[in-house]
Amino acid sequence: MTLAISPAVETAQDWRRICRVDDLLTGRGVCALLGIEQVALFLLWDGTVHAVGNYDPYGRAYVISRGIVGSRGDAPTVASPLYKHVFDLRTGRPVDDPDGPALTTYETRVVSGVVEVLLR
Amino acid sequence: MRHLVVAGNGMVGQRLVEALRARDTAGEWRVTVLAEEPCTAYDRVALSSYLGSRDASTLALVGDGFYDGAHYRAHLAEAVHSIDRHARTVTTAKRTISYDALVLATGSRPFVPPTPGADLPGCHVYRTLEDLDGIHAEALDARSAAVIGGGLLGLEAAGALRDLDVDVHVIEVADRLMPQQVDAGGGEALRRHIERLGVTVHTGAPASAIEAGPDGRAARLVLPDTAIDVDLVVFSAGIRPRDELARAAGLGTAERGGIAVDEACRTSDPTIYAVGECAALDGRVYGLVAPGYAMAEVVADRLLGGDAVLTEPDTATKLKLLGVDVASFGATAGPLDVVYANPVDGVYKKLVLSDDAKTLLGAVLVGDATSYAGLRPLAGRPLPSTPDQLLLPASDGTQLSLPGDAQVCSCNAVTKDQIVAAVASENLTDVAGVKACTKAGTACGSCIPLVKNLLTECGVHQSKALCEHFSQSRAELFELVLSSGIRTFSELVAQHGQGQGCDLCKPAVASILASLGTGHILDGEQASLQDTNDHALANLQKDGTYSVVPRIPGGEITPDKLIVIGEVARDFGLYTKITGGQRIDLFGARLDQLPAVWKRLVDAGFESGHAYGKALRTVKSCVGDSWCRYGVQDSVTLAIDLELRYRGLRAPHKIKSAVSGCARECAEARSKDFGVIATENGWNLYLGGNGGFRPRHADLFATDLDTATLVTYIDRYLMFYIRTADRLQRTATWLESLDGGLDYLRTVIVDDALGICAELDAAMARHVESYSDEWADALNDPVKLQRFVPFVNAPDATDPSIVVVPERGQHRPARPGEKPEPALVAGPTLKVVTR
Repeated sequence: MTLAISPAVETAQDWRRICRVDDLLTGRGVCALLGIEQVALFLLWDGTVHAVGNYDPYGRAYVISRGIVGSRGDAPTVASPLYKHVFDLRTGRPVDDPDGPALTTYETRVVSGVVEVLLR
Repeated sequence: MRHLVVAGNGMVGQRLVEALRARDTAGEWRVTVLAEEPCTAYDRVALSSYLGSRDASTLALVGDGFYDGAHYRAHLAEAVHSIDRHARTVTTAKRTISYDALVLATGSRPFVPPTPGADLPGCHVYRTLEDLDGIHAEALDARSAAVIGGGLLGLEAAGALRDLDVDVHVIEVADRLMPQQVDAGGGEALRRHIERLGVTVHTGAPASAIEAGPDGRAARLVLPDTAIDVDLVVFSAGIRPRDELARAAGLGTAERGGIAVDEACRTSDPTIYAVGECAALDGRVYGLVAPGYAMAEVVADRLLGGDAVLTEPDTATKLKLLGVDVASFGATAGPLDVVYANPVDGVYKKLVLSDDAKTLLGAVLVGDATSYAGLRPLAGRPLPSTPDQLLLPASDGTQLSLPGDAQVCSCNAVTKDQIVAAVASENLTDVAGVKACTKAGTACGSCIPLVKNLLTECGVHQSKALCEHFSQSRAELFELVLSSGIRTFSELVAQHGQGQGCDLCKPAVASILASLGTGHILDGEQASLQDTNDHALANLQKDGTYSVVPRIPGGEITPDKLIVIGEVARDFGLYTKITGGQRIDLFGARLDQLPAVWKRLVDAGFESGHAYGKALRTVKSCVGDSWCRYGVQDSVTLAIDLELRYRGLRAPHKIKSAVSGCARECAEARSKDFGVIATENGWNLYLGGNGGFRPRHADLFATDLDTATLVTYIDRYLMFYIRTADRLQRTATWLESLDGGLDYLRTVIVDDALGICAELDAAMARHVESYSDEWADALNDPVKLQRFVPFVNAPDATDPSIVVVPERGQHRPARPGEKPEPALVAGPTLKVVTR
């Protein structure tokens, strides 16, 4: 679903400040706690920050932020440390199991060196 | 004209009336049927079809006008309430009728196991059209249903509910499905079929309670080790004979229920008969329609003056349940069982034979019942041919080394046949393709070497490339790193590879760098290459916590150190278990607890045990000649020396070792990557053993070595392995893959045929020289300690997802069902990106 969002609406959206982008290591994840929700954040080699759910739907534990970051073709990926399922960081989808369960994905942005995640 | 009253108009009661009507050509009897249900007899065996068709007329067994005549009458919705045997009358709510003969065909009632909540709205039994009307009305809105009972009727019900697009769970208290008809193997084959249809099967699972939701309806079914959210519960856990009318009339009943009848189906009152599911012959009740029909025929004959008797009822069963053939007859287990099982096709066949293997006593057939027709007549007779010929499908003789039905991936139940078929039909060329197509190797991954072998068997030429980022093998990369002087991954992938790396090549390169002694594994960019175990310097467990294994060289430990381990475990609430490598594993530490745990351990003199690394794990030992009456060498001292020499050595895979003090081999050294066994004259060295997925005994490499020579050989062996093995290749498979095998290895290590022994010796000397404890180093470096902060925005928070439950005085991670599923119950809501 695509929603046309006017700039006025966008400023009303709730971007949460998580950490400084300097706190992230290229190619390694960190985890953020938002309420009881866990979000895994990854700083990639091109400077982009991706955010996905920390919950591994295969291994059923909150471990995605501790996975190895890499690439499959053009797709930036993370491999869950539990059973090594590889997920596309852009879509959350499991790369080797097209019908398998996906990670939740979140919108992120970096403002003045601070990583933010979008709240509804 | 005499008057027959029949109480009940089920399938058997109706059969009796029809049989009598057909034979009573002289018109001896007039018949009155008194039935509890509001309709005449219908085909209860096919009841499940009613859930889909909703058309009762297709099930009707009684033709129009059957009961309209003067001599054959039926009163519906008018159950018999009492019998006056003295007056020979029966009474209903509306009338009292006299009889000359009475047939009780009252059938049975569904058995509902005593379960708290079984009377909640949403709970149903499965017996009558009315029951099914109730189930149908609720199934339309239901997402999930539990069927209590995995017998014939339960599976029927499950199939019908599944056709209404409801997620169905079948709950069976016995250890298998259809416990009355099939044995354990048949039950397993049946389960596989039924699970393939999307029905979840829980066996050995008594339902302990049904809990209501907020609306007061059944919402949750509690089983011993899990709980299921349900909208609908259907009980089909067996039947109990309706013998209450007979009891009240003082007729004899069987110990386990049912109206006692003799071989003429007569009760203890000779004017009263009982037939069908309410009757107990020799104390046993038969819940199948065929024995009931036989009873009806006997009674009809007797009423007309015949002397028919009931022979042993035929309990042979053949039916199609959810599309699966199931058949059994005679004994389901006996003196001799001959079994054919093919899990690929879900076929299970068993012949039960007499102890001289000559007589067929019974059979169980699941998945393929084509031989039922031929076999059943043979029951109790000599076998016409060998059991194999009766059971086996025709063989085509194209067997590869592993049988086709052998399960290669046991996690996802993928057989060799399935993999071979996928390789051929999809033109697969690598392991990744097999994983994507068949799911083999996608769970624990331990079968991937087997998958590789299968690809080779299929004639697929496999590239030695590490992954899509490097066309080189691990051994080639090792030489490249060694000779080029490159010491970072980013440089290596930029100059000799492509892309950004992955979970295959990053840890492999990290291991190469560590083997070459490039400092602490968490220094700089190296840290980002490490698998989570190496990254946390601990072993990840299924719930996201870690286990901690301090090194206990040779398995020797002082009482004081033992106490420290106990105190640390107690103070941090860790589960403790003795490992197979003579150490103690402390489980359940959160990421943020690891530094504090290790601070205590390091202060007490412990070092990292590298249980988390592809590195030397332990050198086990027996107690040796210091204490043992049979020991011939000091195995403990040697084991400690070897463990301290090779501790921290990173390798393509883990390395295990052991030293035994005599030939009795109590340390199990021959199951190790390198094992040492004492002789009167020195040490025997064994190489290339392992336990694990494919156990292999180590090969004897050299005998009666002195300690210095022994250590030199092991040094060279390990370094040669580290330089030349593939990624994640244990020494056992490496040794088997070496051209020339053990003899070749001797020429390299003993004769220096490659001229590299000096290099290998120097590399090991550098390792021994540069060793320092990874955990002590990490504790002294604030940058490394940053890696143990659990949440970047909440450094002091503890992970709320970790839930434990007590067990045997300790605790373990909560299983699914023991903790709430991951769902947002509080806190901010995040916007979910949809693309």
